[in-house]
Amino acid sequence: MRSVAIVGASLAGLYTARALRDQGFDGTLTIIGSERHRPYDRPPLSKEFLAGRITEADLALETEDEDLGAEWRLGVRASGLDRHDRRVLLADGTSIAADGVVVATGATARPLPGDSPSLRGVHTLRSLDDALALRADLVTGHRLVVIGAGFIGAEVASTARDLGLGVTIVETAPAPLARALGGEMGTALGALHEDRGVRLICGVAVQALTGDDRVDGVLLADGRRLDADVVLVGIGARPETGWLEGSGVDLGDGVLCDSGGGTSVPGVVAVGDCASWFDPGLGHRHRVEHWTGAVQRPTVAAATLLSGGTAPAPPQAPPYLWSDQYGMRIQFAGHTRPGDSVTVEEGDVAARSFLAVYRREDRPVAVLGVDQVRQFTRWRRRLGTVSTG
Amino acid sequence: MIPACALAALPRGEAFRLDTVEPPIAVFHTDDGELYAVDDTCTHQDASLADGWLEGCEVECPLHASRFDLRTGHADAPPAKLPVRTHGVVVEDGTVYVVPSDLPPNLPPGARARTV
Repeated sequence: MRSVAIVGASLAGLYTARALRDQGFDGTLTIIGSERHRPYDRPPLSKEFLAGRITEADLALETEDEDLGAEWRLGVRASGLDRHDRRVLLADGTSIAADGVVVATGATARPLPGDSPSLRGVHTLRSLDDALALRADLVTGHRLVVIGAGFIGAEVASTARDLGLGVTIVETAPAPLARALGGEMGTALGALHEDRGVRLICGVAVQALTGDDRVDGVLLADGRRLDADVVLVGIGARPETGWLEGSGVDLGDGVLCDSGGGTSVPGVVAVGDCASWFDPGLGHRHRVEHWTGAVQRPTVAAATLLSGGTAPAPPQAPPYLWSDQYGMRIQFAGHTRPGDSVTVEEGDVAARSFLAVYRREDRPVAVLGVDQVRQFTRWRRRLGTVSTG
Repeated sequence: MIPACALAALPRGEAFRLDTVEPPIAVFHTDDGELYAVDDTCTHQDASLADGWLEGCEVECPLHASRFDLRTGHADAPPAKLPVRTHGVVVEDGTVYVVPSDLPPNLPPGARARTV
């Protein structure tokens, strides 16, 4: 393999570039990024960066003396993949020849359903530019409505509250993160918002946004209307794979991959938020939209690419995420399903410091911690050992 | 020299966070019986290394999995870019003491703002 193009210049793309070089690839390496920025870290965008506590320079993922020997094509989107000519097509009309292709195009924020008119003051948060735009609208004393009580929404609510905004969160499900964590733990996390004076409205859908040029309110399905100066839509992300349609790369909820990141087209692997890897432990494919997955999987995907798919895929660690809200550290690892039992094993939900273990047929499958970092670290290790045999 | 804890209160494989100093210091007792002290805060983002995973002479940050060598402070791989500051450790009469470094700490950007 003499040339590799990495499509996506964020965490997973950068880590794959590093892994390819670490594994001895010395050919031509091209990294294509749709954003104009060098690779940067996204988790702080809803936290320290949004709060203004750290700068853009602090987000840089590359180290100062790092030289990957890559050609960077930033600020241009990939528009297609020609697998016969082995070229990545770019939106500016140029193309890049590559024996191997790494798909690391990530995900984009899901917009509100329906055709809402484009109103100023309505934001999603995915990129650095999104964060700069949102930050400019977070004015002390203004009213923020967050649509969706997932991690992004919860973190923005927390940051905005600290900045002195009045904050309301609207969530369609009966509790925040109910699908991922179950109703009981979702309710426990919801209480963290209410403790800090953030209003949490669950079990109600959003009907429409109101306003002429700029948003001035959020209309709920039950007829209520919430005044708003600024709105954050945090209702999840969808994989950025449209550019691969018709390329021969099989797509479903993301790029469909084997357990080593290989796709239906030889010489093409996928990593990060856009990739749905087969997990032998679970028996099905799933996308992992977490930072840690985007850091761990590139090593495997690089080996898959360089070996032509013959490198054995190592067992996968359980998905892991963390979130900082209102000065508390929330961590979760594992896979839950409806029907798993949940028991609090350390601390106390009422004290806002606890560790809860999810079990299926008495076997621990997931763990949730709120300000229980040390115990969580141990449980996460234990889960990794259990699930990998 | 700052008293940290009783040696008997710090079994092998465990860590103690000395948070009466600023920035806080983590003292580790490895499985091999060695004692090491480093700044408690990861150099990448605000996380307590005393809450991390101790293996051999390395501690893995509980958030992002950079591993720091407790002997040198060096991180094995990104995201951490800077070494964590190391301190001396002395045991006298069953008490663990930390001998703080004279060097400036490498605190993460967010934590730096907070401690000012």
